[in-house]
Amino acid sequence: MTNEEIKNMKELLNQAVAPVSDTALRRDLWPQMLSKLNEQPLPVFRVPWFDWALAAILSAVLIFFPGSIPALLYHL
Amino acid sequence: MELLERFATGDLEAFEVLFRQHQKEVYGWIVRIVRDTGIAEDLTVETFWRIYKHRAQFRPDGNFRAWARRIATNAALDHLRHARQETTLPESLPCVPSPDGAVSRETRDSINRAFHELPAKYRLVASLALVEEESYADIAQAAGISAALVKVRVFRAVRILRKKLQSLRAEVATK
Repeated sequence: MTNEEIKNMKELLNQAVAPVSDTALRRDLWPQMLSKLNEQPLPVFRVPWFDWALAAILSAVLIFFPGSIPALLYHL
Repeated sequence: MELLERFATGDLEAFEVLFRQHQKEVYGWIVRIVRDTGIAEDLTVETFWRIYKHRAQFRPDGNFRAWARRIATNAALDHLRHARQETTLPESLPCVPSPDGAVSRETRDSINRAFHELPAKYRLVASLALVEEESYADIAQAAGISAALVKVRVFRAVRILRKKLQSLRAEVATK
């Protein structure tokens, strides 16, 4: 593909899709921002689901195979 | 303490100052991508929400403007990905007025439809590079990709558009 083809497509596009001429913001969006901040408090702390899964597997191993505890402590 | 340092530590007043300084520019960038003023306003707020949420990742010695533009581009791209499933054209889409009648209107509709059916990442570069004539370097910085990749995506977007237009013309011809 050549730059000529890109130029042709630009011309074709310009027949239907005009560049946005008015990009000026009509109003202050801070009130909207403030209400979003109030509506959705930021999550304080999130633990990914796979961390919970790992913790569950480890707990199950320790409960059902308590003999593995010394081995685990040795490897720590 | 500097404004950006205060922002990074979660100072809401500092965030408000930054918001008021940059909202026009962020909005102006987003509206060029999504081409709908109402959606662009919502995405501007969404962008600053993401900015505030990830403020701890911002280095106070960094470029806030470039960081904000990149987050804005990602927010707009996410919107295009979701909006693509609904193929209706936005009401406020700016179209070039045409002096002649039905045939050229049909052609314009075909081009519009082909443009809106582009996959999101190609529509992003097509909007910015082909319609808005932004430089590849600016698009690359905003999208967090290389200028070479922008060029590749422009080529692919043109190829997809050409194929779509050919098939749409064939559809019209068979009617």
